[in-house]
Amino acid sequence: MTLLAEMNQKALALGIPISVHLDITYRCNERCVHCYLDHDDHGEMTTAEIKDILGQLADAGVFFLTLSGGEVLMRRDFFEIVEHARGLLFNVKVKTNGVMIRQKEARRMRELGVEQVQLSVYSHRPEVHDAITKLPGSLKRTVEAVSFLKSQGLKVAIANVLMTANLFDNAGVIALAKELGVSYTLDPTITPRIDGDTSILALRAPGSELRQVFRNPDLVGNVEEFCAPPPAPDEDVMEGYPCSAGHTACYISPYGDVFPCVQFPLPSGNVRQQKFLDIWRDSRQLKEVRSIRAKDLSTCPSCAHIGTCSRCPGLAYMEGNMRGPSTADCEKSFHRTGIPSANMLRKGRTGPPLPLVQIHSLSPAN
Amino acid sequence: MSEKYIARSSAIAARMLGSEMMIMSAADSTFFTLNEVATAIWQAADGRTPLSEIVAGKICEEFEIDPGVATRDAEQFVDELSQHGILLVSEQPILNPSSAPPPEEL
Repeated sequence: MTLLAEMNQKALALGIPISVHLDITYRCNERCVHCYLDHDDHGEMTTAEIKDILGQLADAGVFFLTLSGGEVLMRRDFFEIVEHARGLLFNVKVKTNGVMIRQKEARRMRELGVEQVQLSVYSHRPEVHDAITKLPGSLKRTVEAVSFLKSQGLKVAIANVLMTANLFDNAGVIALAKELGVSYTLDPTITPRIDGDTSILALRAPGSELRQVFRNPDLVGNVEEFCAPPPAPDEDVMEGYPCSAGHTACYISPYGDVFPCVQFPLPSGNVRQQKFLDIWRDSRQLKEVRSIRAKDLSTCPSCAHIGTCSRCPGLAYMEGNMRGPSTADCEKSFHRTGIPSANMLRKGRTGPPLPLVQIHSLSPAN
Repeated sequence: MSEKYIARSSAIAARMLGSEMMIMSAADSTFFTLNEVATAIWQAADGRTPLSEIVAGKICEEFEIDPGVATRDAEQFVDELSQHGILLVSEQPILNPSSAPPPEEL
């Protein structure tokens, strides 16, 4: 077990939120076709409110802080927020589209000791990337931002969302990441819009593409190992938790709403009305999330994949039952191993999938 | 032998987790955990208090450790953390160490 894994175990035992994802705005200068957010400002937290929350998060024991959006640099106080966060000794990761990052901004991020900057790149071809972001010239700006950040010695990662609009371009983005000397992450997750609109789910990559992704050693490492049939689950698996959401991690929106995870929209409190630690410790919703063990799930305990499935409770919640299967992860397990999940067998469905999965690839080129 | 002064670097991330301190170096992303004794040294690293005084006042007294052993271990600990840029070390007081206040224990 790595030291970091040990610390996560300890945080779990102590009930400490070691990681928090804070979206500081939903405003954005791009209009990505797959984005689930509403980009209007409905009353974002002020600078003072965010600084106060950061203090509360530090007191609660948060170590890893992800600042994201929307586009973080749409906030004029972005660097003031980062400076405050670094003063509180958070390990800060920033997610951005990079369009507003030039040499000056890159230098400031390095001076402030940002741990990593992750930028979204959807294709190596401007005509594809810019059609997805709906911002002409955005690929050029983003790639320039990667270079500026890299030249400052910052750790940089390119995040590529896989969808129908860029199906065949992930190899090109991997090559671009290698050329730029940065790491690469592929994320085939497309979620319903925040207003409930599910039309963007039509952008999900088909199963045939997922099968290829799972068999790409550049993405998964040892393909034989990654795609191996699941071992029989033991008692530890059945007593285990699904993921860190609500256990050692949570998400806070620009309006102060607290959720178990950015992908788990179960309202659990609001930091404008309550102290963060009161929500973290006493929220009925978070307590319910924490109470769920693998053995308590519906359908999944009888599934061959239960010990290795990446079942996302947030996606299951969006399907209507946080204790239920996450269809997308069922299908991910199926396309990875060729073995249908219990949920798929129950529904009599082993045909083309609706993928909603996350894969974090290797290539630590930094 | 000359005195050593130590100061916490600001180019780190740090947080108490139970009785241990988690520290990650921004320079090389090395991740450390410090036990209670090491945490006490790190928290006392204000750039103005000599290491010998920290060892005598904070370590030997509070943790009932033999002064010889404590000094040797503290020197080794300081050397290691300074190599990763987590502690700044000088033979003179470090008046402007760009250091942050130590995180409070939970």
